Amino acid sequence: MSTNAILSRERPSQGLGFHSKPSKAKTTEKFVFWVFRLGTYFILACASVIFLTIFFKGSQTVFQSEFPFINTEFLLEAPQTLHVFEHEGQSYEMSDTNFRIFEEEQGVDIKTSTYAYSGGGIWPCIVGTVLLVLGAMGIALTLGVLSAIFLSEYSKPGKTLNAIRLSILNLAGVPSIVFGIFGVGFFVLAAPQFAFSQDAAGSFTELGNTGFYFKFGWGVSLLAGCFTLAFMVLPVIISASEESLRAIPQGLREASLALGASKWTAIRTNVLPYAMPGILTSSIIGVARVAGETAPIMFTAAYAMRDQLPWEGLEKWSDFFFQGVMALPYHIYVVSAKIPQNEYTERMQYGTAFVFLVIVAGIALASILLRIRMRKKYRW
Amino acid sequence: MTLLTDTLKDSAISPKATTSMSSETSDPSRPLIRVSDFDFFYGEKQALFDINMEMLENEVTAFIGPSGCGKSTLLRCINRMNDLVDVARIGRGKIEVNDADIYDPRVDTIELRKRVGMVFQKSNPFPKSIYENVIYGLRIQGINKKSVLDEAVERCLKGAALWDEVKDRLDTSGLSLSGGQQQRLCIARALAVEPDILLMDEPCSALDPVATAKVEELIHSLKDQYTIVIVTHNMQQAARVSDKTAFFYLGKLIEMAKTDEIFMSPKNEQTEAYISGRFG
Repeated sequence: MSTNAILSRERPSQGLGFHSKPSKAKTTEKFVFWVFRLGTYFILACASVIFLTIFFKGSQTVFQSEFPFINTEFLLEAPQTLHVFEHEGQSYEMSDTNFRIFEEEQGVDIKTSTYAYSGGGIWPCIVGTVLLVLGAMGIALTLGVLSAIFLSEYSKPGKTLNAIRLSILNLAGVPSIVFGIFGVGFFVLAAPQFAFSQDAAGSFTELGNTGFYFKFGWGVSLLAGCFTLAFMVLPVIISASEESLRAIPQGLREASLALGASKWTAIRTNVLPYAMPGILTSSIIGVARVAGETAPIMFTAAYAMRDQLPWEGLEKWSDFFFQGVMALPYHIYVVSAKIPQNEYTERMQYGTAFVFLVIVAGIALASILLRIRMRKKYRW
Repeated sequence: MTLLTDTLKDSAISPKATTSMSSETSDPSRPLIRVSDFDFFYGEKQALFDINMEMLENEVTAFIGPSGCGKSTLLRCINRMNDLVDVARIGRGKIEVNDADIYDPRVDTIELRKRVGMVFQKSNPFPKSIYENVIYGLRIQGINKKSVLDEAVERCLKGAALWDEVKDRLDTSGLSLSGGQQQRLCIARALAVEPDILLMDEPCSALDPVATAKVEELIHSLKDQYTIVIVTHNMQQAARVSDKTAFFYLGKLIEMAKTDEIFMSPKNEQTEAYISGRFG
């Protein structure tokens, strides 16, 4: 068959050749396209339902129609019992503190129905979560960047390195409750605590006659929670930091070394600063996880209820780290699952969830802004 | 193989015969770098075989040869940049700079690299200002005095023939410069630590002819103060800039002689074949 014959056979007659004809391939193409599209829309729908529900229901708790439009009691008070009562023909809903003041003003005993955890606000939880996130991220970034530098810059490839990499990868897959239990065993019960004077010692035992006091366990404390959370995000931070470090061109290291820099100087001046934006990006994911996990803190750091804020009533500065705190995710768990449910608890649940999302989004946004600033400063 | 070794022995290099070894006096033509019986391996693979050569003070020595012939490897051995390669090791022999064995365990690579500067194939200015690029080597030595640094920047940029082009924008990023300017910035940066020797690993391979000409001109002018070793793929460049030329092939030094001699009347058949473009 000559080329001409082929051409003439294939040539469309009178310009009609490009009109589409139904074919099996086209049907499949359309079907597959719709499967992909529907899959994506389904996810979008789920996400919208979650966010919109929390937003609408939560905003009813957080915002109000009168000045100052934000429910300051909810944001700035501790959780309290809610009193619902009628007095002189009017119905009231009041948190415990307000109710006592009201009772005093009126000078009468008022009979009320009470609902635990449904009054007041979530200020101690906000404070606790922020402290846990800051502490955990501080620990995780320090340890993570140190080990990432060691793994990517100093260590020699070989079996040991592969084993370390593998165990870090596996650590990333460990369920958070396992970290929680690990935290209890390691930090709450076993980690040593020291004191250097008699009056600070309390339940401590003296080591011989050294004037040096010691006891096992940090107790349910901020410090134990921070470390547990930090260990949970370490794998993410290490692998991401390592990748950011490896992305820095080898030429920068070589150029530094060729100018008489020691290895550490080269890393400090010409590798780490340029890897920082990448490391921070990875830490954004870490922040969301640290803030959100309930399991690791429920046995190590979180109190269901604590009236005092972390900086109140400290006898010595170290007590700050050895006290339990309230935390948003644990509070959501408590108000949703640990107390009798009624119309008043729902407000707390959605309000807390809403504030929680806003805080996580805020921290993430801050890291993104920081990253953008760093990228501008260190562009290559 | 035997043929090659014989040629090597008969060729013009034979270092031990040619030069006086006085190290005390600053004899202008004393050997500043001496490579003796040098074998080098990447893992199991031998990259350099029994290299013997000398590079004289204030001379430009060019390494030529086809890709993978070991010329860059040898260059990177002279300031121990190959230490960065995990599997790199020396089989035999030594390299002396200024009569000191640089692979002696007591040698501080930091001090060595201050004396033996390097310019890389791919220009790699730091993502910092031009000013900070030049003084990086001084800053890491803890020199922070503004007057010293200012003086160094001007001197080195002038030395690298870049001053007039950038003197008004020293605080802009080194990466904002053109390729040729970046390479000269890298040379300026290397000059700032006041080395005795400059190693250049194909410094012009990524540059256009105009920028190449400028760098070559610069090499000419640096010759008075520095001993330069340049690896190049470009034989015309070797002919233009160097005093001595060394031809490498398959990890062996085939021939080393005055550049004129190598290009006009190479003693070795392979050298001639390579230079006349019949292979490589």
